[in-house]
Amino acid sequence: MSATLQRRPLVKQILKGADDNLLVIAGLGSSNWDITEAGDRPLNMPLWGGMGATVGMGLGLALAQPAKRVLVITGDADMFMSLGVLATVATQQPDNLAICVLDNEKFGETGNQASHTSPRNNGPTNSGAGADLAMIARGCGIADSASVHTSDEVAPLVRDLRTGKGPVFRLVKVMVEKLEFVMPPQDGAHLKDRFRQALLGSA
Amino acid sequence: MNIAATVDWRDQIFEVFQDHDIKQVYHVPDAGHSRLIEACQKSNAIRTVALTTEEEGIALAAGAWLGGQRSALLMQSSGVGNTINLMGLTKTLRFPFLTLITMRGDYGEFNSWQYPMGRATPAVLEAMGVMLYPVEEAREVKATVDAAARSAFNGGQAVAVLLRQKLIGIKDFGKKKA
Repeated sequence: MSATLQRRPLVKQILKGADDNLLVIAGLGSSNWDITEAGDRPLNMPLWGGMGATVGMGLGLALAQPAKRVLVITGDADMFMSLGVLATVATQQPDNLAICVLDNEKFGETGNQASHTSPRNNGPTNSGAGADLAMIARGCGIADSASVHTSDEVAPLVRDLRTGKGPVFRLVKVMVEKLEFVMPPQDGAHLKDRFRQALLGSA
Repeated sequence: MNIAATVDWRDQIFEVFQDHDIKQVYHVPDAGHSRLIEACQKSNAIRTVALTTEEEGIALAAGAWLGGQRSALLMQSSGVGNTINLMGLTKTLRFPFLTLITMRGDYGEFNSWQYPMGRATPAVLEAMGVMLYPVEEAREVKATVDAAARSAFNGGQAVAVLLRQKLIGIKDFGKKKA
């Protein structure tokens, strides 16, 4: 089954009407550009590096701000770089944390080589493992883990990510697309300070 | 006898954590830190998080700071190598970071596998711009951790306290040779 969902309109829908109660962290590369096209805002923390840090950052934030909704949006390869953190999330059971992995089954930023979620059908040189991140998340102890493939599943996806009792994990199969880079500010200290200013009132 | 000398230095570290309003403490399996970990677990003021690998701790610390909370990462020198790329986040985001490292491959270490990372730990941390506070006397632990916390949370630095093996004691499993 090839993916039919497009990441940009999907992320726009996920973030629609984002207010001060929604804190968003996006992984480096495509997910960063996705949330930025949906509308750059101080309570977005788009990463330009630190691959493998995205979900851990979301967890630290969710524990520090239990009254806010924390949404992590990232790609399958970033998620794979820190699989253990899913079990760490499960030990804490933060009810305000949702994780959305956009899975295009490719290393999209670096030439579309097959990632580990690609099927094992292209021979050994450019084949994935058919790895299922939603099953891994469930196995790590995040009970509310599921995969999303079709457009009629999008409305419940948005609802679960925005308001479902956390921790919520959603794997969304998305198309391989060549998209324009839509870049937020790059300076990490600035991104961090504007986030803290908007959230806490001081940097 | 000096009263200060009768208080265990691990309990003094816990006091410093409270003095500096540290709210999240991260750890991996670590005998040297076990007493401190247990004190944090029992505390209602601190959220203790067991990690699967040390680098998770850098990410959590960044997230905690984004959300207005102070944290500390407990690890062994062998885990320092796992953190190095993400340690760069402390510079890029410029956020306060405190880690307490129990040293292995140090004073009288029996396990040869601990030496390479243990010996490289200070150089590797300094290469990433982390400020070092080594300590090997029990009576200096409290003041050292306090100063390190000040450098981190008041001065905005990435700081590592190196708890030297002479302080912790030589690990001796007391096992027979095969």
